[in-house]
Amino acid sequence: MSVLDRKLLRDLVRIKGQVAAIVLVIAVGVMLQVMMSGLVASLSETRRAYYERNRLADVFAPVTRAPETVLARLAAIPGVALLDGHVTGGALIDLPGEAVPIQARAISLPDRGEPVFNIVYRIAGRLPEPGARDEALLLAGFADAHGIVPGDRIAVTLNGARRKLLVTGLAESPELLFVAAPGEMVPDPARYGAVWMPRAALAAAYDMQGAFNEALIALGRGASQDAVIDAVDRVLAPWGGTGAYGRHDLVSDRFVTEEIDGLATMSRAVPPLFLAVAGFLLYIVVNRMVQAEREEIGLLKAFGYTGHEVGAHYFKMVLAVALMGAALGCVLGILAGRAMVPLYTTFYNFPFLVFRPDPAAFGIGVTASVLAASAGGVFVLRRVFRLTPAEAMRPPTPPDFSRTLNFSGVAARAFDQPTRMVIRGVARAPWRALALSAGIAGGMALSSGMTTIYGSFDRMMALAFTVIDRSDATVFFVQPLGMTAAHDLARMEGVIAVEPFREVPAVLRHGLRTHRGSVSGMIAAPEMARAIDADLAPIDLPERGIVLGEALAGILDIRPGDMLQVEVREGRQPVLEVPVIRVARSLIGAPAYMRMDALNRALAEPGRISGVRMRVDSDRAEAIYDDLKNRPAVAAVSVAETARASLQKLMDQGAGSARYIMGAVAFIITFGVVYNAARIGMNERARDLASLRVMGFSRGEAGFVLLGELAVITLVALPVGSLAGWGLSFAIARGFSSELYQIPTEFDPFSHGFAAAFVLGAALVSGLLVKRDLDRIDLIAVLKTRD
Amino acid sequence: MANAFVTKGLTRTYGEGRSAVHALRGVDLELPEGEIVVLLGPSGCGKSTLLNILGGLDRPTTGSVHFHDEELTSLSDRALTRFRRDHVGFVFQFYNLMPSLTARENVELVTEIADNPMDPDEALALVGLKGRSDHFPSQLSGGEQQRVAIARAVAKQPEVLFCDEPTGALDSATGRAVLEVLAEVNARLGATVLMVTHAANIAGMAHRVIRMADGQVRDVTVNETRLSPAEVHW
Repeated sequence: MSVLDRKLLRDLVRIKGQVAAIVLVIAVGVMLQVMMSGLVASLSETRRAYYERNRLADVFAPVTRAPETVLARLAAIPGVALLDGHVTGGALIDLPGEAVPIQARAISLPDRGEPVFNIVYRIAGRLPEPGARDEALLLAGFADAHGIVPGDRIAVTLNGARRKLLVTGLAESPELLFVAAPGEMVPDPARYGAVWMPRAALAAAYDMQGAFNEALIALGRGASQDAVIDAVDRVLAPWGGTGAYGRHDLVSDRFVTEEIDGLATMSRAVPPLFLAVAGFLLYIVVNRMVQAEREEIGLLKAFGYTGHEVGAHYFKMVLAVALMGAALGCVLGILAGRAMVPLYTTFYNFPFLVFRPDPAAFGIGVTASVLAASAGGVFVLRRVFRLTPAEAMRPPTPPDFSRTLNFSGVAARAFDQPTRMVIRGVARAPWRALALSAGIAGGMALSSGMTTIYGSFDRMMALAFTVIDRSDATVFFVQPLGMTAAHDLARMEGVIAVEPFREVPAVLRHGLRTHRGSVSGMIAAPEMARAIDADLAPIDLPERGIVLGEALAGILDIRPGDMLQVEVREGRQPVLEVPVIRVARSLIGAPAYMRMDALNRALAEPGRISGVRMRVDSDRAEAIYDDLKNRPAVAAVSVAETARASLQKLMDQGAGSARYIMGAVAFIITFGVVYNAARIGMNERARDLASLRVMGFSRGEAGFVLLGELAVITLVALPVGSLAGWGLSFAIARGFSSELYQIPTEFDPFSHGFAAAFVLGAALVSGLLVKRDLDRIDLIAVLKTRD
Repeated sequence: MANAFVTKGLTRTYGEGRSAVHALRGVDLELPEGEIVVLLGPSGCGKSTLLNILGGLDRPTTGSVHFHDEELTSLSDRALTRFRRDHVGFVFQFYNLMPSLTARENVELVTEIADNPMDPDEALALVGLKGRSDHFPSQLSGGEQQRVAIARAVAKQPEVLFCDEPTGALDSATGRAVLEVLAEVNARLGATVLMVTHAANIAGMAHRVIRMADGQVRDVTVNETRLSPAEVHW
């Protein structure tokens, strides 16, 4: 090891506190990058592997009832590689502890061997006996949520007939990674179940002997999904086909995709911002550190080292710090990613999930830190080349303050000498002070931006459940009913008000863009569920036309005035051409609103409703839900409170949970920046401070000179950082928003106040840490040495 | 004349065990008020250590220091700071001016916290820098900077002025001017001046010369006739 390298190591040890702070800041920035992109890569890869291994179908074609002979005609469609027809149907699971029966799906298992598609992944127990009529596999997530284990019996209503089924085992399936009851926007394993039963038993229950009601299709290589779907729809039309759809319209896949895409958006958008602030800090610190080494550089040159050698020495030092940070960040990123894996595995119902870091993330993290370090290094080199050896030999020239401020008149009386030192310190090198201020402002921006996002999540919940939908519960009917059904429910004791609605599944098309969702038919001036505009004012639904939620308008790339094609997938399946009247603010899902009477006219089903929203007397709520459970017309009841809890869980355990890590990282970076700013001040002023102490200034008085500058640049940084944080919160909110939920952003004084308090607190703690060094400063040593 | 400082059995050891350095090995001294005292000796003889202990910047390992009736060795850090603030002025080899303050403001730095300061302009006039009081250190020569440092040290009207190699960084002509200022301060204000140097010729202007070697006082001589600073050569 050369002497210079040994000097480098010792220098690093000497300034270890500051090195540690910089390394930490870079490390958490890189960590976030590695962890987030690693999670995205891992989730995508796991999903792909799981779909492939358990053969998730490419196309799903539901039909009312088609004889098995039709399968041959489907198989003949060009592009269909593999085909199967199975039996599936809606079911209700009635659990003793639950106020309302829970919606579920029953799916057939082949009498012999494995299913061709959507192979269930059995976690516990055994498969049902092939001939058994009352045995079933139960969806594992659902069983866990309700504490059901193999061997238990559950009451299940299949096609109107109630049965006691023996749960023989628990299973998961690639088509049911995420489950949400029809009509519910938020997935929740507790709120939707699935049972798998032998084909014969299920066919008997649903009257499907010799027939199927859903065809599953694998596409051949290079086959056009749209062409196959068109052909399948034509074949199945006479048998009541309700429209085939591809994998990406499968509810479960759509949820998973939304979540992974959300994480991907965030991993692209947010960590670079964090890295940028970390890099900027590195740049500032390196720049200032080398300025302080001026004489050593002159000395080395005097000994005969060339400018390049000395430059390389300092460059190495910078690089060492950057690489330490990057390396630590990579390790932390992997550890954090590994720690997150079990959470996501549970949440996404993957039977397995391997954390595989994205190699590109290492590259980006390391490159970003090295680039930032190099930017600082360029200044290092410039200075090194410019310095003459003689500078080290000359007595130190005091830095020139002659072009700063002169204090006369009132100012002379107002400011004592220590205050003037602080003011001139800032005024002499305003750009240096501004750079530090910008660094702290960056930290403030990250902190206030993230705190705003925390608040936005809460605000989203509050708006969604108190402004957009103010009902206590939503009742879904088994099939559309007349208005009398609503009047019946309104007469129940404890029901304060009911509001009927019509909800029909539909495919919405605009140009090449399509969205498989539903259209909500609403009464003229709804009181409970409402379309609202940006100012939270309810939108009057017009007689003709449709109002779309923001998210949906985005998906379809459609603006008010454009025509939207609505292919209704219920009843006589009309295709409507309706103008988009307005875009409403939406927070959950991607709703489309129409007037109920207009929708019913189009369906030629006047006066039909799909269900009602209701407000109930909270004292009577339990009794009302109990009563509803026993009404055969009721398919499901969604209680607002439960939906709210599910949404909270989704936001806290799914992609939204990243906000907590990002918030923590933002605060760590902020502290690192502030601490370094304080440290720099101490390094550059040690001599002046020691002189003050010798002259009889107390620790507090000397501390004022040291920390005054920090206070000034921190106070300047706060409003600037706050403004930047406001802008940043929009970008972060966009990253967190998906079709599942959208995060609103607005200026939130509390968040900015909180972040400002944190920055001030960080400045205070940093000040105290640095002041501790001032207290321990060796007065004699500092006075004996020159700057 | 009363003594400003009395030390008894002063030792100062840095480090422990085999690597211990004994900077002072038992120093007994009496320094009368109002004198110019020059501490002479080769590098490492302990003269700066002695100066630092007398000035309240360092503490002895054993022994005692009395400043008038007060025992410095028993004072708390806070009280030592108070002692420096109220009674002592320092002049350093490298001046230690605040680069961000003008000459006058550097002096005011001290007068603002002192009990009975002189007018800053008067202090600057004393060192012959009246016309340059609005200049920043970067605009002053080395000798001028050292004179500002002296003005700053004397402006609080200290009882003792400690000077550690005050001419060490200066050429002889400039150095002589600085010594003249110190002699003037001693004569006009009656301050005790304790000067550390290894330039033996400076001893000629002192009332009393203390020679040190190996952490001990070798001899103390009292000059019957003193040279004026103009006669000092080195």
